[in-house]
Amino acid sequence: MATKASAEDTDHSAGVDDVRRRDFLNVAAVSFAGVGVVAVALPLISQMNPPADVLALASTEVDISKIAAGQAIKTVWRKQPVFIRNLTPQEIQAANAVPVSSLRDPQSLAERTKPGKANWLITLGVCTHLGCVPLGTGEGENRGPFGGYFCPCHGSAYDTAARIRSGPAPKNLVVPDYEFISDTTVRIG
Amino acid sequence: MLRFILGLIGLGFAGVLLISFFVGVSSYVSSPPERSAEEEFHLHPRHLELASNGAFGKFDRKQVQRGFQVYKEVCSACHSLSHVAFHDLAQLGYSDAEVKAIANQWQIEVPSTNPETGEPATRKALTSDRFPSPYANEIAARAANNNALPPDLSLMTKARHDGAAYVYSLLTGYRNQQGYKNSKGEELLREFPATKTPNGLHFNPYFANLNIAMPPPLTTNGQVTYAAGNPAPTVDQMAKDVAAFLVWTAEPKLEARHATGLAVTIFLALATLLGFFAYRNIWATEKRKVRVTGALDPANQAKSARAKGQEGVAG
Amino acid sequence: MSFAWAKPYEPKSGFMRWLDDRLPLPRLAYGAIGGGYPVPRNLNYFWNFGVLAGIFLMIQIVTGIVLAMWFYASADGAFNSVEHIMRDVNAGWAIRYAHMNGASFFFIVTYIHIFRGLYYGSYKAPRELVWMLGLVIYLLMMATAFMGYVLPWGQMSYWGAQVITGFFSAFPLVGEPIRVWLLGGYAPDQAALTRFFSLHYLLPFVIAAVVILHIWALHIPGSGNPTGVDVKTEKDTLPFHPFYTAKDGWFAAGFLLLYAIFVYFAPNYMGHPDNYIPANPLATPAHIVPEWYFWPFYAILRAFTVDFILPAKLWGVLAMFGSILLLFFLPWLDNSPVRSGSYRPLFKRFFWILVVDVLILGWCGGAAATPFYVALSQLAAAYYFAHFLIILPLISKFERPLPLPDTISSSRAHGEKAESAPVGVQPRTTTAG
Repeated sequence: MATKASAEDTDHSAGVDDVRRRDFLNVAAVSFAGVGVVAVALPLISQMNPPADVLALASTEVDISKIAAGQAIKTVWRKQPVFIRNLTPQEIQAANAVPVSSLRDPQSLAERTKPGKANWLITLGVCTHLGCVPLGTGEGENRGPFGGYFCPCHGSAYDTAARIRSGPAPKNLVVPDYEFISDTTVRIG
Repeated sequence: MLRFILGLIGLGFAGVLLISFFVGVSSYVSSPPERSAEEEFHLHPRHLELASNGAFGKFDRKQVQRGFQVYKEVCSACHSLSHVAFHDLAQLGYSDAEVKAIANQWQIEVPSTNPETGEPATRKALTSDRFPSPYANEIAARAANNNALPPDLSLMTKARHDGAAYVYSLLTGYRNQQGYKNSKGEELLREFPATKTPNGLHFNPYFANLNIAMPPPLTTNGQVTYAAGNPAPTVDQMAKDVAAFLVWTAEPKLEARHATGLAVTIFLALATLLGFFAYRNIWATEKRKVRVTGALDPANQAKSARAKGQEGVAG
Repeated sequence: MSFAWAKPYEPKSGFMRWLDDRLPLPRLAYGAIGGGYPVPRNLNYFWNFGVLAGIFLMIQIVTGIVLAMWFYASADGAFNSVEHIMRDVNAGWAIRYAHMNGASFFFIVTYIHIFRGLYYGSYKAPRELVWMLGLVIYLLMMATAFMGYVLPWGQMSYWGAQVITGFFSAFPLVGEPIRVWLLGGYAPDQAALTRFFSLHYLLPFVIAAVVILHIWALHIPGSGNPTGVDVKTEKDTLPFHPFYTAKDGWFAAGFLLLYAIFVYFAPNYMGHPDNYIPANPLATPAHIVPEWYFWPFYAILRAFTVDFILPAKLWGVLAMFGSILLLFFLPWLDNSPVRSGSYRPLFKRFFWILVVDVLILGWCGGAAATPFYVALSQLAAAYYFAHFLIILPLISKFERPLPLPDTISSSRAHGEKAESAPVGVQPRTTTAG
């Protein structure tokens, strides 16, 4: 029929351009949807990060007035143990006597303490091997062969500056950010 | 058989319902229920215009800060704000030092334990703490308030219908019950003498039960002193400001919600449009294929009808 | 798949051929939602709502799993944990509002989907099992939604749990022991909260499994269509992809736009303010109401006010469950061989009365139980039971349906409007060329 034929003709001549326009539109629509999916995924992933109240707990203030030389206490910061030790002069000397280059994780005691407060050693109480809490803070606890801290899990031994000397741990006990807000109070974090 | 049984069940339910209906109607006619004082005299909240209203609302930080000041100086004596932490106040424009000072100087201390003896004790608030409750527990709260429990205010504007307007209306809505009339001119105490405010309660028609245990908290202009550059602290202004503050405590993420909403809405509107055109694009050939041609084409039929009409040919 | 002209799956790449040889998932997907599933070419937009329901199920599962990372299922801590999500968790407010409104939208979409089925006779042979599996999904959805609403442990959560578990005590003898067994106590408390959390996490996956059965059962005879006439030749169908993927895609984007407007600009509109008050076992809210999607059933429950052989409370519970269970029998209650309401003028009239009736029941369910609303719900509930159990069987016996088109494609050629006469018009005696 005449009408039908002319309809088909119009189809055919517009064909090639149509295909290109068609594909572009479809691709555009699907890409838009793809962008949407990524945009939705982002908050779903970011929500696993620490929430605002945990981030707000990022600072703890500790009173160190009761810690005598040679003593240490365990406290908590960001739900992790923190060792605060008042080093004796002998311990400071022993730490400084070690050649820094011979250490697995080279750091001097001065780099791990605040100027003028070399006797205050503040570190995380988390063994850098697999995360156990090393011994040595309490009276009578095993301080290991280097007189610092000793981790009973796999035998990592730390010296008086809490630096790794033997055993599987790769790094020294971590020194967190801290500052002395007074002679008797330190703020960690 | 099945349909017969089901039909009987249907008759059963419908029958019992109609019995209930007629019993209900006859008891309503013979002894109509009494109107209640609440139905006749309770007032709906007055409209409150806040910067946070509407789809593009934002907090007026100066107003919310004034509202916080009202909460601090008037409401915090009895009402807790247990879901808000001191550090959240930084969102209102207070500096870190100001926030620390607010926490440190907060009258109510946070429950803690004495580190040496282990006895219960209290300590000054830190910015990471939530606002401490003025009372140790519900019993203490009731004992101090004539057996009434002052509710926590963190979510008050979401926990009441039309919350911000309700808070504003309630705070400015205390009235003298003597001679109080509703919009129809009926006098409350004449119609419902039983609603006479008992001792220890206060008449407020915006409250659901008309008599509220809370005495009017905002009584005088200038009860709270605002800093220079702020509107005068009239009762009305203070009520508006504290309502604005409570909108923030209930929904601190309101601005983020509106902003994200705008972006998402625009994105989805564009996606819908693109999708629609892609759909039309894909269906174009199919729709054309099914278009009728020849004698059944509506355009041709219209032509035939016109031609027939012109020639005077019927059907 | 039953249609002979369905395109068979051809792996497009070496990897796809390798995969298909070992686990024919690509083939399965192609035959179910790809180019290999022929679908009637005349579907209208009411056919989009099944896919939308699937989308909202996925939204609920994803947002729900994320919320469960922060939710604390303790009677003391649940309410606070939800507020913690709203205030402190990154994007927590968005995920929570999405989940809350997602439930409402899941029901909106499902109700439209169900009413499509009622109008177009989708429940009739050979799709009875599709219909019944759908009802199972609906029942699971209601259980899931009820338990989910209890979790935030607000006033409505607690008292809603109290009322709904209280239904069971209406049954004589076994009722009260069942209620206490369900709750793990004498009132909703820690045990109820923890077990509802566990089941609320589980049931959506059961729903997903039943959805797969539902779609599988549908794909045996293939999709229905607005004329209710079976697919006869290739001219009647189009491959699902790309035709219906495109149609579903754009409509879904539009519907998600509506959803986003609620989530971001009116997130508490469909909720109840009382659920922002922590649960208090000693203080009942002024008006206990469930979420809006339960309102028609709540109206039916409260409509029975008179003891008649059985106590009114028991009547209410039986009628409430009965109102859903009777739907299982629909293929036999309405056994007219004409599927689509488009060709059944009498049925069509009553269908619209049913729609208005259900809306009235919903309105009554959300209102306070004052004499006016109770009376209205009594009449509306009576009509509901009469409609399905008395009227529909009578209609299918006595109505005169309009003549059906021969095939789907011929109906398209004439336009469906020409075939389906408006209510009251006499049926045509011949079909045109």
